[in-house]
Formats: sequence, C-alpha cells, structure tokens
Amino acid sequence: MSDILEIRWHGRGGQGAKTASQLLADAAFMAGKYVQSFPEYGPERSGAPITAYNRISDERCNVHSNIYDPDYVAVVDETLLESVDVCSGIKENGAVIINSSKSPEELKPLLKGYTGRVCTIDARSISIRNLGAYFPNTPMLAAVVAVSGCVDREQFLKDMEGSYRHKFAKKPQVVEGNLKCLVEAMDEVKG
Amino acid sequence: MSIRERMSGNEAIATAMRQINPDVFAMFPITPSTEIPQYYAQYVADGRVDTEFITVESEHSSLSACLGAEAAGVRAVTATSSAGLSYMNEVLYVAASSRLPVVLAVACRALTGPININHDYSDSMAERDSGFIQIYGENNQEVYDNYLQAHRIAEHPDVRLPLMICEDGFITSHAIENIELEEDEAVKNFVGEYKPENYLLKKENPLAVGPYGVSNYYMEARVAQAEAMKNAKKVILEVAADFEKTFGRKYGFFEEYRMEDAEIAMVIMGSCAGTAKTAVDELRAKGIKAGVIKIRVFRPFPGEELAEALSGVKAVAVMDKSEGFSACGGPLFAETAGACINLKDRPAMVDIVFGLGGRDFTVEAAESVFDRLKKIADGGDIGEVYTHMGQRER
Repeated sequence: MSDILEIRWHGRGGQGAKTASQLLADAAFMAGKYVQSFPEYGPERSGAPITAYNRISDERCNVHSNIYDPDYVAVVDETLLESVDVCSGIKENGAVIINSSKSPEELKPLLKGYTGRVCTIDARSISIRNLGAYFPNTPMLAAVVAVSGCVDREQFLKDMEGSYRHKFAKKPQVVEGNLKCLVEAMDEVKG
Repeated sequence: MSIRERMSGNEAIATAMRQINPDVFAMFPITPSTEIPQYYAQYVADGRVDTEFITVESEHSSLSACLGAEAAGVRAVTATSSAGLSYMNEVLYVAASSRLPVVLAVACRALTGPININHDYSDSMAERDSGFIQIYGENNQEVYDNYLQAHRIAEHPDVRLPLMICEDGFITSHAIENIELEEDEAVKNFVGEYKPENYLLKKENPLAVGPYGVSNYYMEARVAQAEAMKNAKKVILEVAADFEKTFGRKYGFFEEYRMEDAEIAMVIMGSCAGTAKTAVDELRAKGIKAGVIKIRVFRPFPGEELAEALSGVKAVAVMDKSEGFSACGGPLFAETAGACINLKDRPAMVDIVFGLGGRDFTVEAAESVFDRLKKIADGGDIGEVYTHMGQRER
C-alpha cells in the first residue's frame, strides 16, 4: 500500500479538523486523485480531541480502517501535544505539521520521543493577517500540501482559486484573503 | 456519460433519491442517517424535486406514512438507523405483508447498549426476518448503484416487497470518496415510472390493505410472501444485468474476489470487505491462495449460489459484524453454514464476531484471520468455532 498517501488530522471538536481533511480531499480530487476523507467520531463535545483522516491515491483505495501509520500528521491545536501522542506511528520519511508560532526545535521536546521531521506553521498570524479572524483550516491545508507534495503547488493554487470563486460567489471579497493565506502558508511553513 | 464526483455515502443516497424524485419522503432524523433527509430537504427547498416531504414525530410514523402513500399507489421512501429502525419494527412487517414496496435507506449503526453511534449490523440484522429485501454496499459507489436498482426490484409485479438499502454508518455514510454518478435523465430512464396494478384509491378496482387474516387465510398470505422473496432472486439478477448494460458496473448476489482457486476464504459484508480484499492481495503476493466473498444481498439469502462458491474451499471464516446472542454464532454464520449443509465438498467453517460498535477492522486483523484459516486448511485443529475478535482481554 506504499502508493497510498495517508494523513491523520488531530484537532479539537469545533476547530474544523474534519473540514480541513475534507478540503484536502477536495484539493486532491481536483488534481485527479482518488480520495478518502473521514472523521473518527467519539462522544462529540466542543473542545474534545478529535481525529480525521485522508487517503490519497491514483487508484480507488478499498481499505476502510482508521490510519495508524500515517505518512503525515497535521495538528490543528498545539495544546493537544500535552494529552495526545500525535506522532504515533508516523512513517520514517513522514512529518508532523503543527499549527504553532514556535519553531520546530522548540516543539520537539514535547513530542514524546518522536525523532522524525517536525514542521510548524503559524496559522493564526496568517489567518488574522489576511482574513481578520482566526480560521486555521486554510493555512493548515496549504502547509500540508506544501510539506507532503500530494498536489502540485501551481495546480493546487489554481484549483483552490476556482473553488473559492464558486464557494464565495456571493462574497467575492474573501477570495483574495483566502488565496493569500494559501500562498503565505506554503512559503512560511518551517522545518 | 458518468459524472466524476466525490461525496459521502449519505449524499450519494440523497442524490439517487433526488434523481428518482419519489412522490413521498417521510422523515424523522437519527444519527448517522440524518444527513439523507437533510440533503433532501435542501433539494425540496431549491425546487429540484416535487416530492411531498413530510416531517413526522417518530420512525414508527415515518414508515407508517410511507406505507399509507404506497398503499395509495405512489413511490415512498425514508431513511433511518439503529434504534430508529427498531422503532419501525412493527411497521416493517406490515409493509412487507401488505406487499408495499417502500425503499428504506439504513445507515447501519449499533443497537444499545451501551449506547453507541458507530457501525455494526445489529440494527439491520435484527430485522432480517421482517420480509424486507436487504442489499448491502461496500462504499458510496455501491450504495448509490444499489439505490438506483432498488425501486425496480421492490416494485416488480413478481416481487412487490419493501427493500432496505444498507450502508455502513459513519464508515460509508460520512466518508467522502470518489464516485461515478449517472446523469439525471439516464437514472430516470433506468428506474422508470411506478405504475402499480392495484392500489387503495383505484376507482375501477379499489383495494383493501391490511385486513385481518383469519387462520383460514393467514398461511396462504405468508406463503405468497415467501414466494415473492424467492422471486426477488430472479429479479435482482435481471435488474443487475440491465444496470450493467446501461451503466457498466456489475453486481450479483455477492462479489467473489480472487476466489477462482482459493483454498481459504472469508465471507464478509460491507466496508470491511474492502479491507479484507487488500489483505488478500498481500497474501496472494506471497503465494497464499486466499479469497473473499462479499455478501451484497442478504435477503433473499443466496444460499445455493453461496454454497457453490464455497464448494472445494478448505477453510472459511464467516465474519459477523453483529452479535446474535445465540451462543453458537452470528446471523451471517447461521445462514452460511446452513447453506453449505448438503455440500459434498464442505469447507471447515468458523464464525468470528468482530467490529461491534465501530471497533476498527484493519488489514492486519484480516491477515490474522487468514493465518488462522491457513493453519486449519493445512490440517490443524479447527479450534473454537465461534469466537470474538478485536476486544481487549480482561
């Protein structure tokens, strides 16, 4: 199954980790891939740790289990590092991508012995700078695309622009801000 | 031309319903099927369908409303899960015995208790004797395709039975995957209009629905219903053949995956079959002759055909994703073992109850089942016939 890219998202209920995984599936779908995006539901409460998953491949993937050995892990809320072993099972050439203003070096000691690649993205500043409010999903999505290379950068930006113009047909003013979020996140992801 | 899309199982079912545009949709929400009426309410609000969309106060009422509509001679649909399906129980039997071809989408979910929202088949398996046809899908594509075939099977004059389209709660209902949709017109042409021969309000020949059946009549009605279920087998294959001719995707009673020369095999249903197929690919690469049979049609149960497919296989694991509390195996095992009883070349057969309440089933877990089967096939002891898998030890 080495030709299937597997990604696990960690977030808190209400922050949109499930939505982020759906956005990534959309981006990969638009690039011609087969996708899976699915949430793992526990007792739903706002703020509780939640998990969502992506599989991206060139052929339909028949596996329908959760993902235990992901290529990449995306952490939408860095306070989860205290309570959840987010790096569990990450493959050797994989990475963890954490939404944080800190550097990868600062976060490494919090990763319960994980020695692989660590990336950080300051989704909060990027979002506030471009959208005037905190929506971590857009910068996180772009950071995951940049680090994993699951979709070609130019294709991704072009497809997302089309998608935003369609989605925000009645609020075109937010299209520019979202696109800037994507570009800046791809450029500013560290590690 | 098929349309390349991506959507969840729930949206796929709602899309199939929109394309068919049934006369009545009576809804009462329950997780994880709620999105089906939610999407449909949007189609109604947007004027994309002209269905009479009725919000009722319970599942007992939603199916009763469908029953009334069907008795009046029109197409009626609804959707439910888990306790909602249980609450329909009484009305399921009325629909089936009144020979009213309601189509019911079930996002299968565990029954209480402990209370749980995740997937297993305890809800649909509890209704296996209700007289509904039951068709299960592995993923959003199969669930959509099954739905497109549902009305034609249920409404066929030789059948006239209600039908459940079953998808795996959350695993299929909420997972977004690629799907090939068919164009609205092509779907409408394939499904066709519903023109029942007789119905409650037919002026020339009004019909009584649901009268009392004294002992002198009850048995004849039940035998006729049993015959209809047998007839459904023929119709299911006819509709599948036309579906393949029209849309190119092939369906039968079950899917045989790498079974040609299989020595060990798993009989399984739903999304977990995909995971098992991936395990088979890995074992085949190592020269192990493993295969999977994925049951699509559980009611009517394709006993003869399944027995033929399992004839000559050395060891079989039946995977039950519901616990029947019979103390000797789950419902799929009972059916499969029963089907094979007169086979000359009968396989050794074990039952494994797994995945209850959403307990995950991985490729590694499937491989461990095949490991056990390999040992049995190689002459090892069959061990305990009925076991559970994936639970923590105390």
